[in-house]
Amino acid sequence: MSMSTQQPFQAVLNACNEILLGKPQETRLASACLLAGGHLLIEDLPGMGKTTLAHSLARLLGLEFARIQFTSDLLPADIIGVSIFEREHSAFRFIPGPIFSQLLLADEINRASPKTQSALLEAMEEGQVTADGQTRRLPHPFFVIATQNPSHQIGTFPLPESQLDRFLMRIELGYPDRQAERALLAGHVTRSSTGRTLPLLNAEQLPALQAAVQRVHVSAALIDYLQALLEATRQHPDFRHGLSPRAGLGLLAAARAWAWLDGRDRVLPDDVQAVLPAVACHRLRSNRDGQAAHPEEIAQLLRQVAIP
Amino acid sequence: MKTPPIALDRAARYGLLAGALIACLPHGLHLPVSLNLLAALLLLAAFSQIHQDQAAPSRWLLLLLVGSCCALILFEFRTLFGRDAGVATLVLFMSLKLLEMRSARDGFVVITLGYFLLLTHYFYSQTLLTGLWLIGALWLLTACMIRLQSPRSTAITLLFRQAGRLGLQALPLMLLLYLLFPRVDGPLWGLPQDAHAGRTGLSDTLRMGHISQLVQSGDIAFRVRFDDPPPPRQQLYWRGPVLERFDGETWHPASGDDPPPRIEVLSPALRYESTLEAHGKRWLLALDAPGALPANSRLDGRMTVLAKDNLDQRQRWTFASHLDYRLNSIEMPHIRQRNQQLPPRGNPRSRALAVDWRQSEKSDQAFVDRVLRHFAEQPFYYTLQPPLLGADAIDDFLFDRRRGFCEHYAASFVFLMRAAGIPARIVGGYQGGELNPLDNYWVIRQSDAHAWSEVWLSDRGWVRVDPTAAVAPSRIEHGIVDALPTGEALPAIIQLRGDWARNLRHRWEALNNAWNQHVLGYDLAKQRRLLAQLGWPEADWRQLSALLAGLGGLVVLGLTLWALYQRPSGDPASRLWQQALRQLARRNVHLAPGETPNTFAHRVAQAHPDLAPRLNRVVDHYLQVRYGDLAQALPALRQAVAELARWSSR
Repeated sequence: MSMSTQQPFQAVLNACNEILLGKPQETRLASACLLAGGHLLIEDLPGMGKTTLAHSLARLLGLEFARIQFTSDLLPADIIGVSIFEREHSAFRFIPGPIFSQLLLADEINRASPKTQSALLEAMEEGQVTADGQTRRLPHPFFVIATQNPSHQIGTFPLPESQLDRFLMRIELGYPDRQAERALLAGHVTRSSTGRTLPLLNAEQLPALQAAVQRVHVSAALIDYLQALLEATRQHPDFRHGLSPRAGLGLLAAARAWAWLDGRDRVLPDDVQAVLPAVACHRLRSNRDGQAAHPEEIAQLLRQVAIP
Repeated sequence: MKTPPIALDRAARYGLLAGALIACLPHGLHLPVSLNLLAALLLLAAFSQIHQDQAAPSRWLLLLLVGSCCALILFEFRTLFGRDAGVATLVLFMSLKLLEMRSARDGFVVITLGYFLLLTHYFYSQTLLTGLWLIGALWLLTACMIRLQSPRSTAITLLFRQAGRLGLQALPLMLLLYLLFPRVDGPLWGLPQDAHAGRTGLSDTLRMGHISQLVQSGDIAFRVRFDDPPPPRQQLYWRGPVLERFDGETWHPASGDDPPPRIEVLSPALRYESTLEAHGKRWLLALDAPGALPANSRLDGRMTVLAKDNLDQRQRWTFASHLDYRLNSIEMPHIRQRNQQLPPRGNPRSRALAVDWRQSEKSDQAFVDRVLRHFAEQPFYYTLQPPLLGADAIDDFLFDRRRGFCEHYAASFVFLMRAAGIPARIVGGYQGGELNPLDNYWVIRQSDAHAWSEVWLSDRGWVRVDPTAAVAPSRIEHGIVDALPTGEALPAIIQLRGDWARNLRHRWEALNNAWNQHVLGYDLAKQRRLLAQLGWPEADWRQLSALLAGLGGLVVLGLTLWALYQRPSGDPASRLWQQALRQLARRNVHLAPGETPNTFAHRVAQAHPDLAPRLNRVVDHYLQVRYGDLAQALPALRQAVAELARWSSR
């Protein structure tokens, strides 16, 4: 069933892996996030390839792309757009901001003030923006890939938990392995090669693929497993609070996308386990340091929950 | 985001259509032609809609269809209520619903309607065949319901097996309810008022040609089981209405009641039990002459046993009859007079003949013999297809046509008697019957319907004279099939001559009789007897209800506890998986906590390469069943686990 529809997307993954070397797991997670219709947060130190990943995904999927570099003096109008009074028509004209694109790369989102952050995040949730008392729909599909520096860096406003919950996944890229770094240093690939990448899909194909992902079968046994996991995060002594129902829905959607990328028409516990760290870490707060949960804590949780 | 309703796929819709069709079909036998046609058209439209994958018709068109269906029902029945109109409404609305099946919810509506429709069939027929048909329909509908609940199970055999299992699981509850549900003193199925139309059976008037129509039905009129050795066939006269008034064309029963008959009993009682099919009249068709009467019945002045109410459903009666008897040897003058009366005009030749013969004979008895001899010796024929008779029907029959059926002989005989001044009357009923050797029941059909006569002779009272016996003795001795010339239009069922066919019919009828006696005939009395045997002689309906509620509550409680207890390992796939894990544990291979089957198989493959192919097969099938809901992979999983067990116990 989905084997045939999944194949064109395989080319996207391959191409993406050629640009961002040595990170197949991360590119796959990012793709799954977009296929599940969720927004993606990439968190890592500067220069690890966050922008490259976001940019190349946008190009490969044939999405209309805009980028905003977030700074501390960025204003909401810089994202949403402004109305300008035109003398010849004696009327205001709305000039749409960069948010009116299919894929918005919000670079270093935690450098902007909370007010500006929340303007973006409202739009992410509602799929529409309101400016000058008028509501305008955002394009469809509409994705936000945001990058942020680890919050302990100087000059950052960490995103509050409620806002973090709007991102389906948060991934970290980490240092490349030796081989990948060597290829990069040897100049076999350049990060600017994203600019030359040709789209492999178009904006019409993507919703169809997303629909196919939604058709991936979920059995009662799998839902049992999901519930057991959600319950475990809520009972767990290491976490301040558990995963929300919205997180549960997101987990299911992400697992579906993961299964679909694997060419299967049903979700297995393996899929849930594969996406759980990316879906859960940024939503959970560790009791020890108040920081986001560590992937190792999630792995431990997975070892504690029996698979029904 | 709004979740779209679960769509119905084509296979499920075909299944629903088939279920609806089977649930409706038997109603086609009694619905008016126009409604049958409309329902057929709607079902056909539903079929083509599914076949060509068209969208449901617009709301306005559907409303229009609903309106016209109601109008047609109103036109046919003048009402929307009552049994027939109600059933017609259900059938049409079910067909309409099939036209707008968009989501699984619509499917469930069709199934629920279908279940309800199944019940309505019992308003019309409670035969074994109906029961079997409805079980089939129930099975199909349940399979459809399972298919809707788990859209991914597509293997038809599996669906039916599951539906069958559900049905069997419901069986104990059904039996419990059947045996213990408080019975009312009446039929199992109370019928609405309009249910008693168009019954076949004896009529209370007689015209020439009437019985010969009835005889063409092979339907069973009643069944009899003798407690004592059965008498010879030619003595089996089952008495129905007695016809004393003749208006020149039709024979009627006398109006008003006479004092009870005086019966002198000359032989011991013959006891038997009779199960009468509904015939809508009150007579109980007892053998002459009835002795002790069952409760709720009485003897009328003409020795016919009557029930208190009309027989509107099958009923069982016990009688004791005395085959040798003397009836009313001293008759009251007004009754004698009534039975000598003839219309003032008509049939002059017969009258003249009767007067002439009576004068030349010495006694009434001699005159009776003379007439019977006349029937036997002259070329009279016994046939189901008598010619049309003129205005003076009796003259026409006796002198010209001479071809007729029992009512012709009885009527003309009585006419001759009365013309000669001898009191005489016609008795309607049944004669003979056929023994089913399999269950020892005598089966009396409509084709055994008969008319004979009684004459009143001084000192002897009313004497039965059957002129048909003079013309066609084999009718009385062997039955109608032997008496009629071949080629007469008798129902096929009683004509079967081959041994195997007759045997098959006996089997079928014995089966039906067992169904009637034991399943449908399980009434208040039988329930009381059963409860008495179980050591509870005084049960009334309140205690029964309490018992049932108690038992039902216990059953539900037990099932709930069992289901709760079984929940973790209730799934068959999961049980098999646990079984496989236990096998592996014997080889010291353990599933780590939180390890998925795939990871487990991967890990084991590295440590035990020899185990890998077998374990992989188990894991593949297990994941298919457990997480893909592909129940059809269950047998393969079972096999793979068995294989693994064989290998690991080696």
